[in-house]
Amino acid sequence: MEQRWWDALLDVKDPEIPTVSIVEMGMVYQIKQTGQCLEVEVMPTFMGCPALEIIRKQVEERLLEEEGVKEVHVRFITDPSWTSDRITPTGREKLKAFGIAPPPLSHDERIFPIPACPYCQAEDGVIENLFGPTACRAIYYCKRCQQPFEGMKRI
Amino acid sequence: MESAEQAQKNEAYLLALRDLLYQLADDELTLGHRDSEWLGLSPDIEGDVAFSSVAQDEVGHAVFYFELLHELGEKDPDRLAFARDLSERKNAVLLERENGDWAYSIARHFMYDVWDDLRLEALTESSYVPLAKGAIKIRREEYYHLLHMHSYFVRLGQAGKEAKKRLELAVKAIWKDIGGIFGFGVYEQKLVEFNIITKPAEELKQRWVKRMQQAFAEAQLTWPDSWEPVQYDGRRGEHSPELEQLLQTMSEVYRIDPTARW
Repeated sequence: MEQRWWDALLDVKDPEIPTVSIVEMGMVYQIKQTGQCLEVEVMPTFMGCPALEIIRKQVEERLLEEEGVKEVHVRFITDPSWTSDRITPTGREKLKAFGIAPPPLSHDERIFPIPACPYCQAEDGVIENLFGPTACRAIYYCKRCQQPFEGMKRI
Repeated sequence: MESAEQAQKNEAYLLALRDLLYQLADDELTLGHRDSEWLGLSPDIEGDVAFSSVAQDEVGHAVFYFELLHELGEKDPDRLAFARDLSERKNAVLLERENGDWAYSIARHFMYDVWDDLRLEALTESSYVPLAKGAIKIRREEYYHLLHMHSYFVRLGQAGKEAKKRLELAVKAIWKDIGGIFGFGVYEQKLVEFNIITKPAEELKQRWVKRMQQAFAEAQLTWPDSWEPVQYDGRRGEHSPELEQLLQTMSEVYRIDPTARW
Protein backbone atom coordinates (compact mmCIF):
# COMPACT_ATOMS: atom_id res chain seq x y z
CA MET A 1 0.00 0.00 0.00
CA GLU A 2 2.64 2.46 1.09
CA GLN A 3 4.64 2.16 -2.15
CA ARG A 4 1.70 3.77 -3.91
CA TRP A 5 2.20 7.02 -1.93
CA TRP A 6 5.90 7.04 -2.71
CA ASP A 7 5.21 6.54 -6.41
CA ALA A 8 2.68 9.37 -6.35
CA LEU A 9 5.25 11.70 -4.83
CA LEU A 10 7.55 11.09 -7.82
CA ASP A 11 5.21 13.58 -9.51
CA VAL A 12 6.08 16.32 -7.02
CA LYS A 13 9.13 18.10 -8.36
CA ASP A 14 11.55 20.38 -6.61
CA PRO A 15 10.14 23.77 -7.75
CA GLU A 16 13.65 25.07 -8.36
CA ILE A 17 14.85 21.98 -10.26
CA PRO A 18 11.79 20.91 -12.25
CA THR A 19 13.22 17.59 -13.48
CA VAL A 20 13.94 16.07 -10.07
CA SER A 21 11.24 14.85 -7.68
CA ILE A 22 11.35 15.40 -3.95
CA VAL A 23 11.65 11.62 -3.54
CA GLU A 24 14.74 11.54 -5.77
CA MET A 25 16.12 14.50 -3.82
CA GLY A 26 15.84 12.31 -0.73
CA MET A 27 13.61 14.85 0.97
CA VAL A 28 10.78 12.50 1.95
CA TYR A 29 11.61 10.78 5.23
CA GLN A 30 8.50 8.73 5.91
CA ILE A 31 4.81 8.49 5.19
CA LYS A 32 2.56 7.42 8.04
CA GLN A 33 -0.97 6.26 7.48
CA THR A 34 -3.78 6.37 10.02
CA GLY A 35 -7.01 5.29 8.39
CA GLN A 36 -7.63 7.70 5.54
CA CYS A 37 -5.15 10.24 6.81
CA LEU A 38 -1.53 10.49 5.67
CA GLU A 39 1.27 12.25 7.48
CA VAL A 40 4.28 12.99 5.29
CA GLU A 41 7.56 13.94 6.93
CA VAL A 42 9.70 16.07 4.66
CA MET A 43 13.29 17.16 5.29
CA PRO A 44 14.11 20.63 3.93
CA THR A 45 17.38 20.81 2.00
CA PHE A 46 18.16 24.26 3.42
CA MET A 47 16.31 25.72 6.38
CA GLY A 48 15.50 28.98 4.66
CA CYS A 49 14.34 27.33 1.44
CA PRO A 50 11.50 29.50 0.08
CA ALA A 51 10.09 26.56 -1.91
CA LEU A 52 8.85 24.72 1.19
CA GLU A 53 5.31 26.06 1.17
CA ILE A 54 4.95 25.22 -2.52
CA ILE A 55 6.19 21.71 -1.83
CA ARG A 56 3.72 21.34 1.04
CA LYS A 57 0.84 22.34 -1.18
CA GLN A 58 1.87 20.06 -4.04
CA VAL A 59 2.34 17.04 -1.78
CA GLU A 60 -1.11 17.56 -0.29
CA GLU A 61 -2.76 18.04 -3.68
CA ARG A 62 -1.05 15.04 -5.26
CA LEU A 63 -1.81 12.61 -2.45
CA LEU A 64 -5.42 13.74 -2.17
CA GLU A 65 -5.86 12.52 -5.76
CA GLU A 66 -5.18 8.97 -4.54
CA GLU A 67 -8.14 6.78 -3.83
CA GLY A 68 -9.00 6.43 -0.17
CA VAL A 69 -7.03 9.47 0.99
CA LYS A 70 -9.12 12.06 2.81
CA GLU A 71 -6.53 14.08 4.66
CA VAL A 72 -2.83 14.85 4.15
CA HIS A 73 -0.52 16.57 6.61
CA VAL A 74 3.00 17.62 5.68
CA ARG A 75 5.47 18.08 8.49
CA PHE A 76 8.91 19.60 7.92
CA ILE A 77 11.47 17.95 10.15
CA THR A 78 15.11 18.60 11.06
CA ASP A 79 15.58 15.33 12.93
CA PRO A 80 16.97 13.50 11.11
CA SER A 81 18.18 16.27 8.86
CA TRP A 82 18.65 16.16 5.12
CA THR A 83 22.15 15.69 3.79
CA SER A 84 23.19 15.79 0.16
CA ASP A 85 24.13 12.09 0.38
CA ARG A 86 20.39 11.36 0.44
CA ILE A 87 19.95 12.26 -3.23
CA THR A 88 19.27 8.96 -5.00
CA PRO A 89 21.45 7.71 -7.91
CA THR A 90 18.58 8.53 -10.31
CA GLY A 91 18.33 11.96 -8.71
CA ARG A 92 22.04 12.57 -9.26
CA GLU A 93 21.73 11.59 -12.93
CA LYS A 94 18.74 13.88 -13.42
CA LEU A 95 20.53 16.80 -11.79
CA LYS A 96 23.39 16.34 -14.23
CA ALA A 97 20.99 16.18 -17.17
CA PHE A 98 19.51 19.49 -15.97
CA GLY A 99 23.00 21.02 -16.00
CA ILE A 100 23.64 20.94 -12.25
CA ALA A 101 26.60 18.95 -10.99
CA PRO A 102 25.49 16.59 -8.19
CA PRO A 103 27.10 17.31 -4.80
CA PRO A 104 30.34 15.56 -3.85
CA LEU A 105 29.64 12.60 -1.53
CA SER A 106 30.56 12.92 2.13
CA HIS A 107 33.20 10.18 1.94
CA ASP A 108 35.16 12.31 -0.56
CA GLU A 109 38.20 13.20 1.55
CA ARG A 110 39.19 16.39 -0.28
CA ILE A 111 38.47 19.52 1.76
CA PHE A 112 36.61 21.30 -0.98
CA PRO A 113 35.99 18.94 -3.89
CA ILE A 114 35.09 20.56 -7.19
CA PRO A 115 32.52 18.39 -8.99
CA ALA A 116 32.97 17.28 -12.59
CA CYS A 117 31.49 19.55 -15.25
CA PRO A 118 27.95 18.32 -16.01
CA TYR A 119 28.40 19.19 -19.70
CA CYS A 120 31.82 17.77 -20.65
CA GLN A 121 32.63 15.68 -17.53
CA ALA A 122 36.04 17.35 -17.20
CA GLU A 123 37.44 17.44 -13.69
CA ASP A 124 39.37 20.68 -13.84
CA GLY A 125 36.75 23.16 -12.74
CA VAL A 126 37.32 26.05 -10.35
CA ILE A 127 35.01 27.65 -7.82
CA GLU A 128 33.49 30.86 -9.13
CA ASN A 129 31.10 31.64 -6.29
CA LEU A 130 30.13 29.65 -3.20
CA PHE A 131 26.62 31.00 -3.69
CA GLY A 132 24.35 30.70 -6.68
CA PRO A 133 20.77 31.23 -7.83
CA THR A 134 19.42 29.22 -4.88
CA ALA A 135 20.74 28.59 -1.38
CA CYS A 136 21.66 24.99 -2.21
CA ARG A 137 23.82 25.73 -5.26
CA ALA A 138 27.30 27.08 -5.98
CA ILE A 139 28.77 28.30 -9.28
CA TYR A 140 31.86 26.76 -10.86
CA TYR A 141 33.77 27.37 -14.06
CA CYS A 142 34.91 24.55 -16.33
CA LYS A 143 38.35 25.27 -17.76
CA ARG A 144 37.94 22.68 -20.48
CA CYS A 145 34.65 23.63 -22.10
CA GLN A 146 35.05 27.19 -20.84
CA GLN A 147 31.66 27.77 -19.39
CA PRO A 148 30.24 28.29 -15.95
CA PHE A 149 28.15 25.56 -14.38
CA GLU A 150 26.11 25.15 -11.25
CA GLY A 151 26.65 22.49 -8.63
CA MET A 152 24.70 21.44 -5.58
CA LYS A 153 26.51 22.07 -2.35
CA ARG A 154 27.63 19.20 -0.22
CA ILE A 155 25.81 19.54 3.06
CA MET B 1 14.68 17.17 27.45
CA GLU B 2 13.28 15.47 24.40
CA SER B 3 10.41 17.84 23.70
CA ALA B 4 8.77 21.19 24.34
CA GLU B 5 6.26 19.46 26.58
CA GLN B 6 9.00 18.22 28.90
CA ALA B 7 10.82 21.56 28.94
CA GLN B 8 7.62 23.39 29.88
CA LYS B 9 7.36 21.38 33.08
CA ASN B 10 10.56 22.87 34.49
CA GLU B 11 10.08 26.60 35.04
CA ALA B 12 13.75 27.49 35.59
CA TYR B 13 14.86 25.45 32.58
CA LEU B 14 12.18 27.01 30.40
CA LEU B 15 13.12 30.59 31.36
CA ALA B 16 16.78 30.07 30.50
CA LEU B 17 16.06 28.17 27.28
CA ARG B 18 13.61 30.80 26.02
CA ASP B 19 16.05 33.61 26.65
CA LEU B 20 18.80 31.85 24.69
CA LEU B 21 16.44 31.07 21.80
CA TYR B 22 15.54 34.76 21.56
CA GLN B 23 19.23 35.66 21.39
CA LEU B 24 19.84 33.14 18.62
CA ALA B 25 16.75 34.14 16.64
CA ASP B 26 17.31 37.88 16.99
CA ASP B 27 20.99 37.63 16.03
CA GLU B 28 20.13 35.79 12.82
CA LEU B 29 17.09 37.90 11.94
CA THR B 30 18.84 41.23 12.48
CA LEU B 31 21.96 40.33 10.55
CA GLY B 32 19.89 38.60 7.86
CA HIS B 33 17.97 41.82 7.36
CA ARG B 34 21.18 43.84 7.09
CA ASP B 35 22.50 41.31 4.54
CA SER B 36 19.38 41.73 2.44
CA GLU B 37 20.06 45.48 2.26
CA TRP B 38 23.08 44.74 0.06
CA LEU B 39 20.81 43.41 -2.67
CA GLY B 40 21.68 45.19 -5.90
CA LEU B 41 24.39 47.31 -4.28
CA SER B 42 27.36 44.99 -3.83
CA PRO B 43 30.61 45.86 -5.59
CA ASP B 44 30.39 42.76 -7.77
CA ILE B 45 27.71 40.32 -8.89
CA GLU B 46 29.24 37.44 -6.93
CA GLY B 47 29.05 39.40 -3.70
CA ASP B 48 25.49 40.39 -4.48
CA VAL B 49 24.35 36.82 -5.12
CA ALA B 50 26.18 35.67 -2.01
CA PHE B 51 24.60 38.22 0.32
CA SER B 52 21.14 37.34 -1.00
CA SER B 53 21.68 33.63 -0.28
CA VAL B 54 23.25 34.37 3.08
CA ALA B 55 20.33 36.64 4.03
CA GLN B 56 17.89 33.91 3.07
CA ASP B 57 19.77 31.36 5.19
CA GLU B 58 19.98 33.64 8.24
CA VAL B 59 16.29 34.51 8.14
CA GLY B 60 15.52 30.78 7.69
CA HIS B 61 17.52 30.02 10.82
CA ALA B 62 15.67 32.76 12.71
CA VAL B 63 12.37 31.15 11.66
CA PHE B 64 13.60 27.81 13.02
CA TYR B 65 14.41 29.35 16.42
CA PHE B 66 11.11 31.26 16.48
CA GLU B 67 9.28 28.02 15.77
CA LEU B 68 11.01 26.38 18.72
CA LEU B 69 9.84 29.32 20.84
CA HIS B 70 6.32 28.96 19.51
CA GLU B 71 6.31 25.28 20.53
CA LEU B 72 7.32 26.46 24.00
CA GLY B 73 4.22 28.61 24.27
CA GLU B 74 5.40 31.92 22.75
CA LYS B 75 3.51 33.71 19.98
CA ASP B 76 3.69 32.68 16.33
CA PRO B 77 6.94 33.29 14.40
CA ASP B 78 5.65 36.28 12.40
CA ARG B 79 4.59 38.11 15.53
CA LEU B 80 7.86 37.32 17.24
CA ALA B 81 9.79 38.64 14.26
CA PHE B 82 7.76 41.75 13.47
CA ALA B 83 5.73 42.75 16.50
CA ARG B 84 8.10 42.70 19.47
CA ASP B 85 9.28 45.92 21.09
CA LEU B 86 12.85 47.10 20.96
CA SER B 87 13.43 46.30 24.64
CA GLU B 88 12.43 42.67 24.04
CA ARG B 89 15.06 42.15 21.34
CA LYS B 90 18.06 40.11 22.45
CA ASN B 91 20.44 40.43 19.50
CA ALA B 92 23.97 41.72 19.95
CA VAL B 93 24.15 45.44 19.11
CA LEU B 94 26.96 44.86 16.61
CA LEU B 95 24.52 43.10 14.29
CA GLU B 96 22.01 45.95 14.20
CA ARG B 97 24.53 48.58 13.12
CA GLU B 98 24.04 50.04 9.67
CA ASN B 99 25.98 48.29 6.93
CA GLY B 100 28.50 51.06 6.45
CA ASP B 101 30.87 50.19 3.64
CA TRP B 102 31.70 46.79 2.15
CA ALA B 103 34.71 46.32 4.43
CA TYR B 104 32.61 46.88 7.55
CA SER B 105 29.88 44.49 6.38
CA ILE B 106 32.34 41.73 5.51
CA ALA B 107 34.44 42.12 8.65
CA ARG B 108 31.38 42.21 10.93
CA HIS B 109 29.87 39.17 9.25
CA PHE B 110 33.10 37.23 9.44
CA MET B 111 33.58 37.99 13.14
CA TYR B 112 30.02 37.05 13.93
CA ASP B 113 30.20 33.87 11.83
CA VAL B 114 33.23 32.64 13.76
CA TRP B 115 31.39 33.28 17.03
CA ASP B 116 28.24 31.64 15.68
CA ASP B 117 30.22 28.58 14.62
CA LEU B 118 31.66 28.15 18.11
CA ARG B 119 28.28 28.74 19.73
CA LEU B 120 26.55 26.27 17.39
CA GLU B 121 29.21 23.67 18.09
CA ALA B 122 28.46 24.05 21.81
CA LEU B 123 24.76 23.54 21.04
CA THR B 124 25.09 20.33 19.03
CA GLU B 125 24.95 18.35 22.27
CA SER B 126 22.45 20.56 24.02
CA SER B 127 20.24 18.94 26.63
CA TYR B 128 17.31 20.38 24.66
CA VAL B 129 17.23 17.84 21.84
CA PRO B 130 15.22 19.84 19.26
CA LEU B 131 17.78 22.65 19.54
CA ALA B 132 20.72 20.24 19.27
CA LYS B 133 19.34 18.69 16.07
CA GLY B 134 18.71 22.09 14.51
CA ALA B 135 22.18 23.32 15.46
CA ILE B 136 23.79 20.43 13.57
CA LYS B 137 21.86 21.32 10.42
CA ILE B 138 22.39 25.07 10.73
CA ARG B 139 26.11 24.63 11.27
CA ARG B 140 26.41 22.75 7.96
CA GLU B 141 24.85 25.72 6.18
CA GLU B 142 26.86 28.33 8.07
CA TYR B 143 30.05 26.61 6.96
CA TYR B 144 29.64 28.24 3.54
CA HIS B 145 29.10 31.70 5.02
CA LEU B 146 32.24 31.29 7.02
CA LEU B 147 34.32 30.24 4.00
CA HIS B 148 32.98 33.15 1.95
CA MET B 149 33.44 35.86 4.58
CA HIS B 150 36.88 34.58 5.52
CA SER B 151 38.15 34.70 1.96
CA TYR B 152 36.84 38.25 1.41
CA PHE B 153 38.25 39.41 4.75
CA VAL B 154 41.70 38.11 3.92
CA ARG B 155 41.51 39.40 0.35
CA LEU B 156 40.64 42.93 1.45
CA GLY B 157 43.52 42.96 3.93
CA GLN B 158 46.07 41.54 1.52
CA ALA B 159 45.02 43.95 -1.23
CA GLY B 160 46.62 46.80 0.74
CA LYS B 161 46.01 50.49 -0.03
CA GLU B 162 42.40 51.68 0.22
CA ALA B 163 40.94 48.21 0.83
CA LYS B 164 43.22 47.63 3.79
CA LYS B 165 42.68 51.14 5.13
CA ARG B 166 38.92 50.65 5.06
CA LEU B 167 39.25 47.26 6.69
CA GLU B 168 41.30 48.78 9.50
CA LEU B 169 38.64 51.45 10.02
CA ALA B 170 35.98 48.75 10.04
CA VAL B 171 37.82 46.78 12.71
CA LYS B 172 38.10 49.93 14.81
CA ALA B 173 34.36 50.55 14.58
CA ILE B 174 33.50 46.89 15.25
CA TRP B 175 35.76 46.86 18.30
CA LYS B 176 33.37 49.28 20.06
CA ASP B 177 30.57 46.70 19.89
CA ILE B 178 32.39 43.39 19.74
CA GLY B 179 32.21 42.71 23.49
CA GLY B 180 28.42 42.45 23.11
CA ILE B 181 28.40 39.30 20.96
CA PHE B 182 30.09 37.10 23.58
CA GLY B 183 27.94 35.96 26.44
CA PHE B 184 24.57 34.30 26.78
CA GLY B 185 22.62 36.98 28.65
CA VAL B 186 21.17 37.08 32.14
CA TYR B 187 20.71 33.31 32.43
CA GLU B 188 24.24 32.48 31.36
CA GLN B 189 25.06 30.38 34.42
CA LYS B 190 21.79 28.48 34.35
CA LEU B 191 22.18 27.73 30.65
CA VAL B 192 25.51 26.04 31.27
CA GLU B 193 24.28 24.34 34.44
CA PHE B 194 21.31 22.86 32.60
CA ASN B 195 23.64 21.88 29.76
CA ILE B 196 21.41 23.76 27.30
CA ILE B 197 24.71 25.07 25.97
CA THR B 198 27.64 22.83 26.78
CA LYS B 199 30.49 25.36 27.02
CA PRO B 200 30.80 28.54 29.11
CA ALA B 201 30.86 31.80 27.14
CA GLU B 202 34.32 32.68 28.42
CA GLU B 203 35.83 29.53 26.94
CA LEU B 204 34.20 30.19 23.55
CA LYS B 205 35.44 33.78 23.64
CA GLN B 206 39.02 32.63 24.15
CA ARG B 207 38.72 30.27 21.21
CA TRP B 208 37.24 33.10 19.14
CA VAL B 209 40.24 35.30 19.93
CA LYS B 210 42.64 32.57 18.84
CA ARG B 211 40.88 31.95 15.55
CA MET B 212 40.51 35.63 14.87
CA GLN B 213 44.16 36.37 15.58
CA GLN B 214 45.05 33.80 12.95
CA ALA B 215 42.77 35.46 10.41
CA PHE B 216 44.21 38.90 11.24
CA ALA B 217 47.68 37.53 10.55
CA GLU B 218 46.54 36.10 7.21
CA ALA B 219 44.97 39.44 6.29
CA GLN B 220 48.16 41.24 7.39
CA LEU B 221 46.29 43.27 9.98
CA THR B 222 47.59 44.26 13.39
CA TRP B 223 45.64 42.75 16.25
CA PRO B 224 44.11 45.69 18.19
CA ASP B 225 44.22 46.11 21.95
CA SER B 226 41.45 44.57 24.01
CA TRP B 227 38.02 46.08 23.65
CA GLU B 228 36.15 48.30 26.10
CA PRO B 229 32.84 47.25 27.71
CA VAL B 230 29.90 47.96 25.41
CA GLN B 231 27.63 51.00 25.63
CA TYR B 232 24.44 48.95 25.11
CA ASP B 233 24.06 45.30 26.10
CA GLY B 234 21.76 43.82 23.46
CA ARG B 235 21.46 40.55 25.38
CA ARG B 236 19.60 42.54 28.06
CA GLY B 237 17.40 44.35 25.59
CA GLU B 238 19.47 47.55 25.36
CA HIS B 239 19.78 48.82 21.80
CA SER B 240 20.92 51.69 19.61
CA PRO B 241 18.62 53.92 17.53
CA GLU B 242 19.87 51.96 14.52
CA LEU B 243 17.77 48.96 15.61
CA GLU B 244 14.73 51.16 16.00
CA GLN B 245 15.13 52.29 12.41
CA LEU B 246 15.73 48.72 11.21
CA LEU B 247 12.60 47.41 12.94
CA GLN B 248 10.51 50.18 11.46
CA THR B 249 11.66 49.31 7.96
CA MET B 250 11.41 45.57 8.48
CA SER B 251 7.90 45.62 9.95
CA GLU B 252 6.46 48.36 7.75
CA VAL B 253 4.38 46.02 5.60
CA TYR B 254 3.43 43.79 8.53
CA ARG B 255 2.05 46.76 10.49
CA ILE B 256 -0.33 47.76 7.68
CA ASP B 257 -2.45 44.75 8.56
CA PRO B 258 -1.10 42.42 11.26
CA THR B 259 -3.96 39.97 10.75
CA ALA B 260 -3.34 39.51 7.02
CA ARG B 261 -2.55 35.99 5.86
CA TRP B 262 0.34 35.69 3.41
